[in-house]
Amino acid sequence: MKKSILEFWVGLFVLLGVVAVGFLAFRVAGSASGTSGQSYTVYADFSDIGGLKANAPIKSAGVLVGRVGSITLDPNSYQAKVSLNIDSKYTFSSDVSAQILTSGLLGEQYIGLQQGGDTDNLAAGDTISVTSSALVLENLIGKFMTSFAEKNAGGDNTESAGQ
Amino acid sequence: MNFIRNIGANTLNFIQSLGSVTLFLLQILGKSATAFVRPRLSIRQIYFAGVMSVLIIAVSGLFVGMVLGLQGYTQLAKFKSADILGYMVAASLLRELGPVLAAILFASSAGGAMTSEIGLMKTTEQLEAMNVMAVDPVARVVAPRFWAGVFSMPLLASIFNVAGIYGAYLVGVQWLGLDGGIFWSQMQSNITLSYDVANGLIKSAVFGVAVTLIAVHQGFHCTPTSEGILRASTRTVVSSALTILAIDFVLTAWMFTE
Repeated sequence: MKKSILEFWVGLFVLLGVVAVGFLAFRVAGSASGTSGQSYTVYADFSDIGGLKANAPIKSAGVLVGRVGSITLDPNSYQAKVSLNIDSKYTFSSDVSAQILTSGLLGEQYIGLQQGGDTDNLAAGDTISVTSSALVLENLIGKFMTSFAEKNAGGDNTESAGQ
Repeated sequence: MNFIRNIGANTLNFIQSLGSVTLFLLQILGKSATAFVRPRLSIRQIYFAGVMSVLIIAVSGLFVGMVLGLQGYTQLAKFKSADILGYMVAASLLRELGPVLAAILFASSAGGAMTSEIGLMKTTEQLEAMNVMAVDPVARVVAPRFWAGVFSMPLLASIFNVAGIYGAYLVGVQWLGLDGGIFWSQMQSNITLSYDVANGLIKSAVFGVAVTLIAVHQGFHCTPTSEGILRASTRTVVSSALTILAIDFVLTAWMFTE
């Protein structure tokens, strides 16, 4: 085969491969890669993280502002210590609250940040003090069953007192 | 008694072939300078290994993506979750199907051809002739093919992934009527460059090393007869497929479990 034709086809192949990698980087992993640049880390303690995983999104008002770093168990308080990598372009007040939420009925779990009213900003290494744990369906059903049973027992007592 | 002896013999054979492949890899790495000093040798092999595999990789990727789109949409729609189709397809392709299927296709097309070519060179005593002329066949024949395969594999896997995602887009959005914006936005908000895309590329590079190493090793050490070449080519495809799946399990356990 002629040298120039061989080089042309190999060049075209390399170009095609590079375009494919570029497509995967910018179109497929588009907005998510935006938060993997400059970020600062803050911490939040939760009594129950449910199904939260490392790399889960952190959102504020529905906008992606960062990703969950590591999740560890604090050996003293026995609470889950979650590190939050927040994009440097976003700042939150020091009394910001963090909630573990679920997207949709069967969706993934993410952290929702609710801006507070304090004038001081959250700095790298700070710990978010106001947190709300994940909603565990089994606990919710348990509470509902207990309150339902108590209500029924109360109703029976009232009826028996009336008689 | 014979049964236990067979197990022992097979285990020793396996360890022996593993050692032989490892020594061959070290030999290739030690003699790779020629492949880089004379890049034209590798470019020629990139043409045979990479360019000649593009069509089969792209068409297979497109059909795999279309099937994923169709099956995914049908199943997810039952749970009112068809919105995550884009993410599901992209994650499946980038993390598993893209690197694995592209590597298996690469092994059966380019890997088999590499083994046959080197085996034929051995049978017609071309490798011996090189030795006589003081040309090292590992440096001149094996190393350029090895590096061409390692270089081509991640590019082929990326082409497979893009074709697959486009195939799922065709079925999910154009055919079944899913919203195009949701298809891309779900993908973009959940797929990460440093995690999904990068790990997929690392996987395909590792598969590239495994497949081309098996192919050149089989060709270089085959029995120099027509039957020997045939057996070596078959062994390349079978061993490559099994090795890819085994390595995939190890890499997935290492990369994607938290």
